[in-house]
Amino acid sequence: MAWFRPTSDGVTARFAQPEAAIIRELVEQVVELIEPGIQAPLEDEFAAMVGMTDPMSPDGAEMPDDPVVARLLPDAYRDDPEAAQEFRRFTESGLRSAKVESASTLLATLPPRGGRVRLSHGQAEAWLRSLNDVRLALGVRLGVTDDFDGLREDADSDDPRNFSVQVYQWLAYLQESLVAALS
Amino acid sequence: MSVAPVELQRPETDEQSLVDKPWLTIVWNDPVNLMDYVTYVLQRVFGYPKPKAEKLMLDVHHKGKAVVAAGARESMERNAETLHGYGLWATVSHDT
Repeated sequence: MAWFRPTSDGVTARFAQPEAAIIRELVEQVVELIEPGIQAPLEDEFAAMVGMTDPMSPDGAEMPDDPVVARLLPDAYRDDPEAAQEFRRFTESGLRSAKVESASTLLATLPPRGGRVRLSHGQAEAWLRSLNDVRLALGVRLGVTDDFDGLREDADSDDPRNFSVQVYQWLAYLQESLVAALS
Repeated sequence: MSVAPVELQRPETDEQSLVDKPWLTIVWNDPVNLMDYVTYVLQRVFGYPKPKAEKLMLDVHHKGKAVVAAGARESMERNAETLHGYGLWATVSHDT
């Protein structure tokens, strides 16, 4: 089972082909959800540089409809919808881009057939954020709450969610090992 | 060999902003994020030593939320943005 270990200048892990396939599939799904909302940069060079979207455009200012996307791009103000909208208008596109970039780093460094993966510190950090986005997405789809362990016990063996639950828990172990290897 | 640059958001201790009721960055509990991961992110983003990051993480875990930084509003917004990049749910509020 894939498990990260530290190296002199980063981390390493070996992935079986099915493990690589699962991770790649899930990361690609997150990219598909996140990427469409990235706005084209404004013509103004400064605005384009800081990732500002068109402040006149109503797009990107509302909380996303898809609960997975909403969890990945949460409101920054809990009790002030106007401030939340303003924040979202100026930062959401940049956040989407950053998440797609982390995912791209992971996809570029995880061969589809698996095998030995060696990551620099920077690449490992990208993996960490991308794996976390995948777990957040799975968590939303599975309806994970704080008493999640209870869900596993009373799930019957034919429950099609079982596989997703197992993947969710396996990714938790993988992410734990990556945090430990980076610490 | 390259290391991705990380913008350290040092919490501001500007006396004037404290007197003027500072803005806060708050991290909220969620059932998905791993405790070790949250601790790591707080160390990485704020430069907190591990014991402090762990204490804040445990506050988030047990109390539902914790104030992780205080200072000027713009700085708190940047913190929230960075933390969202790591998948933590962070919000900005005015201290009352």
